[in-house]
Amino acid sequence: MTALTDLTIAGAAKGLSKGDFSSEELTGAHIEAVEGSRGLNAFITETPVLALERAKASDTRRAKGEAAGPMDGIPVAVKDLFCTKGVLTTAGSHILDGFRPTYESTVSANLLDAGAVMLGKTNLDEFAMGSSNITSYYGPVKNPWRGANGKDLVPGGSSGGSAAAVAARLCPGAIGTDTGGSIRQPASFSGVVGMKPTYGRCSRWGIVAFASSLDQAGPLTRTVEDAAIMLGAMAGHDPRDSTSAPLDVPDFTAALSGGVKGLKVGIPKEYTLDGMPVEIERLWSRGIEWLKEQGAECVDVSLPHTQYALPAYYIVAPAEASSNLARYDGVRYGLRVGGETLDGMYEATRGEGFGAEVRRRVLIGTYVLSEGYYDAYYIKAQRVRTLIADDFLKAFEAVDVFLTPTTPSAAFAIGDKMDDPVAMYLNDVFTVPASMAGLPAISVPAGLDGDGLPLGLHLIAKPFDEETLFRAARGLEDAAGFDTRPPSGAGGAT
Amino acid sequence: MSLDKDTVRKIAFLARIRVPDDALGGLAEELSNIIGWVEQLKKVDTENVEPMTSVADMTWPRRRDEVTDGGIAEDVLANAIEPEPSSEGGFFTVPKVVE
Repeated sequence: MTALTDLTIAGAAKGLSKGDFSSEELTGAHIEAVEGSRGLNAFITETPVLALERAKASDTRRAKGEAAGPMDGIPVAVKDLFCTKGVLTTAGSHILDGFRPTYESTVSANLLDAGAVMLGKTNLDEFAMGSSNITSYYGPVKNPWRGANGKDLVPGGSSGGSAAAVAARLCPGAIGTDTGGSIRQPASFSGVVGMKPTYGRCSRWGIVAFASSLDQAGPLTRTVEDAAIMLGAMAGHDPRDSTSAPLDVPDFTAALSGGVKGLKVGIPKEYTLDGMPVEIERLWSRGIEWLKEQGAECVDVSLPHTQYALPAYYIVAPAEASSNLARYDGVRYGLRVGGETLDGMYEATRGEGFGAEVRRRVLIGTYVLSEGYYDAYYIKAQRVRTLIADDFLKAFEAVDVFLTPTTPSAAFAIGDKMDDPVAMYLNDVFTVPASMAGLPAISVPAGLDGDGLPLGLHLIAKPFDEETLFRAARGLEDAAGFDTRPPSGAGGAT
Repeated sequence: MSLDKDTVRKIAFLARIRVPDDALGGLAEELSNIIGWVEQLKKVDTENVEPMTSVADMTWPRRRDEVTDGGIAEDVLANAIEPEPSSEGGFFTVPKVVE
């Protein structure tokens, strides 16, 4: 029999409904895996007691014939950016020391209502600002995949703990958030599926805010089918988030069997970068062939403003962050560093409570919003953002989805790119444009580079057309036949 | 555009983030690099382009102006615990503001 920790969500759901094992057994196996893999530093907080309680409750529901659906009894991990009632919520920051929310975020509440069992809160870049998980106050996460030279690699970020946990089989699925690539980039680096739905598909209520016009929650899983199952349980209209779309949630799994025959796939020529590793170009070409072989039609398209998406993002996101992070003042929760005056207390608390990257972004955001610079930077970036979204809308007249690489490189070593913020920002060059346009996108693990490290392919679809996105992703997944198991074995218990 | 130490000191105060004097120079250089990089946006012709205000094409929802929440002072104060931040008699406590 397959080890319980090797099961996908769909596989575990089947086993639970057939009575092959209980949620308590399934959850217990994953708790053991989490405890045996602390060397990865994937979790900030483990919640085994709570998990077993919820698993037993799930078993009781099932015994009465009241199981809620495919997520009932499935253990999942939750990025530590979602507020969880009574459970420490840190956002990877010193400034939220000891913060225990008195409420549950809508997305994690939806998952709980669907019967999912939370194993714990996963590590992340501080306030989700980063592409490496190195900016966490709780230390870097190790990628369960290792390079040829045996060096410890980053899992990507900011949802790096969630990606590492899914890759190392500590949980079959985890939730993350994506502002400029924070689900898709770590999914690519860690060899798992990572999906960002359309802006508005999932409620942002109760998620620690980074950049409100960009933030979206989404699933990280080992299969496309699992991503579809999990998103179905996370999504839905929420009156407490005014940007939440008042739309019914379709049955995403029903779309999976549709096939890609006749699908028009756009290949944007602007996603070819100077100096991009040849392996990434090769994988991209292979992806095109895979979809063609299954009957899709691939067409060259142009998204002329692509190169400006990243610099525009690095104005818009820090601007929104500087406003959102103004609430951390040491008055009501978290860290307080004393001062003689109120301003002195604010400055000392924020100076000590925020790490270097968060300080940098809040200062950039404050600068671009300050008097005399607002039009030149912020309004200019918002105009460029309109052009980026228009590029996509125009291209969608002729294509159904876009296929691109997810990242311009495979995972890099912990400690690399630390002294050059702009080089670090370039990790998200392929994921940011879809974020700026609010479009649904997914990274599917598709192959390995010369060092044996995973690389993902990236699909982008029309607003609220997650179904086509999943259908195309399934096509890639079927053709790639990617083995999501890190060769060093699960756990990385070093 | 490069940012000098005085500008960094000013925005650090606006953001209420204490930056030690000896860190201002390094930070000015870092921030200048980032600002210099984003300035490539100047090359984009945005004449007659509306700035994006919302990525979602939607009508903003409205509701009646009614109280839908409240009466949860205990929850609100739950994270103001000793030693600090702290609360007293249903209020958050802060350093003296009024002489």
